[in-house]
Amino acid sequence: MVQDAELVKRLKKMAAFIRRDSIQMSLKAGCGHVGPGLSWTDICTVLFFHQLRIDPKNPDWLNRDRFILSKGHGCLPLYSALARKGFFPMEKLDTFCQLDSCLGGHPDCLAVPGVEISTGSLGHGLPIAIGMAIAAKSDNKKYRVITVMGDGELQEGTVWEAAMAAAHYRLDNLTGIIDCNKLEIDGPVKEVMNIEPLKDKWKSFGWYVEEMDGNDIEDILSTLERVFGYKEEKPRIIIAHTIKGKGVSFMENQVVWHYKAPDNDEARQAIREIDLALTKLK
Amino acid sequence: MSLNKLIATRDAFGEELVEIGKKNKNLVVLSADLAKSTRTIEFATVFPERFFNAGVAEQNMMGIAAGLSTSGFVPIVSTLAIFAAGRAYDQVRNTIAHSRLNVKIVATHSGVSMGKDGSSHQSIEDIALMRVIPHMVVISPADGPETKKALRSAIEYEGPVYMRLGRPELPVVTQHINSFNIGKADVLQEGTDVSIITCGIMVHQALKAAEILSSQNIRAGVINMHTIKPLDVEVIHQAARSTLVILTAEDHSIIGGLGSAVLETLSCANIRPPVYRIGVRDVFGESGSTDQLMKKYELTWENIVQAVHKILNRNN
Repeated sequence: MVQDAELVKRLKKMAAFIRRDSIQMSLKAGCGHVGPGLSWTDICTVLFFHQLRIDPKNPDWLNRDRFILSKGHGCLPLYSALARKGFFPMEKLDTFCQLDSCLGGHPDCLAVPGVEISTGSLGHGLPIAIGMAIAAKSDNKKYRVITVMGDGELQEGTVWEAAMAAAHYRLDNLTGIIDCNKLEIDGPVKEVMNIEPLKDKWKSFGWYVEEMDGNDIEDILSTLERVFGYKEEKPRIIIAHTIKGKGVSFMENQVVWHYKAPDNDEARQAIREIDLALTKLK
Repeated sequence: MSLNKLIATRDAFGEELVEIGKKNKNLVVLSADLAKSTRTIEFATVFPERFFNAGVAEQNMMGIAAGLSTSGFVPIVSTLAIFAAGRAYDQVRNTIAHSRLNVKIVATHSGVSMGKDGSSHQSIEDIALMRVIPHMVVISPADGPETKKALRSAIEYEGPVYMRLGRPELPVVTQHINSFNIGKADVLQEGTDVSIITCGIMVHQALKAAEILSSQNIRAGVINMHTIKPLDVEVIHQAARSTLVILTAEDHSIIGGLGSAVLETLSCANIRPPVYRIGVRDVFGESGSTDQLMKKYELTWENIVQAVHKILNRNN
């Protein structure tokens, strides 16, 4: 698929900005799920700056696409994307995880403009997405419902209750994306509790399944086009292969960065790497 | 409605749901394979396009209801209290209440009075579990007519509501009360010696107890605390000022329920009469008929009368 080179470049730059925001936010806060934020940053970028039909000037627009970050702990890039999109001022990012800030450790829809629903407890996003998808069909609306889950999150039983129900209700307006960074808090997903064979599992539950490199903007763009253009009455799932801590060499594939804030030196080095990647884009 | 006619709160719920559904097109109903038991089957038959069965998956059902509510639908989620408050607690707490969603949870078969299915299905903790969640309203109607009014109020109210219903057929005790205000208790009878603060299936037992006590020259007031949260604090303080003792009665654990809520309210009041709690005494129930269970777990009007005698004698 031929892609607009300018679009790809623009999105790659935006992904770098979001990565930089995430590092700065966690440095300032002294906390944050940096690794699981960086892993889905490219997906977040393509969604918020290309695919999602949303309007920061009218966050409650009835026909907007509904996005749910089911892996709520991965909120660093979400906050950055919402601010850069214009849902709230960029300065708010400096208040991440501080007392009285709207930007808590997990997204709160009553506090953060642009967040559809509060998340944080794992396994909740897909059931909520089903409700939103049924609502769209009942209202004859064309909006799409998209949720991003973690691969460790798939160990929650409610994901499979929802997998059953979404296929049962033939929700072709629902797309799930699994951020498969292969690591969870206690170690590699396959060692803690193996979830494979993922593709077969979702297929057997009645879903249309795609796989992609979740850190490759071009692949994300073309996969999402394919998935949103798919015509059968089935819910869709994308298994996105990603790298935990993607974009910062010493964080990549290191489980310790699941929940850890960089110190000043680490943050400086991380930003140097991100800026270097940015320079190469110019 | 005839005074003698017995009606289960779940039956009243099922009937009224259809009535409300005729006018309110945003009303949607969800079940987890219990449409017959919870009486939502009538709604499902009349409005099949607005009824969703989640199968035996209560957690998923709560999530679906949450999603539906964000687009302006008013989901009524109905299952047994033990599953609504227990099995799906995390979804109720972290999704529905946390996001202050307009979801109405109608929980049937509460308390040991639900009967023969035994302790695994007898919810004696749900008031405690639900009232401790911020944003949650907790309602426990006393009879069929009150259930209908409470359901309408719950639907008019914007935000999450937990409504606690029961299985047994009950006498009508609220026929003379036209309105239902969330958070405003109904004083069914004034008293000077003891105030019985009660809810749900225990209200008619309290009225019967008050009648017996009256024949013994003991003036017992009866307060129908149909809303456990937000609690009518003023009526409790009034009871504390006007009577010597307070007795609470509920088909729920004595830990965390209505009795605890009343005690919490009075803990820092200027006037603090002794509070005696009638309820399930920190044990699991068992199988049996409703009458047998109410007797064994000391949830009858006789138990209320005995308790009043005991406290008044001790005070004298």
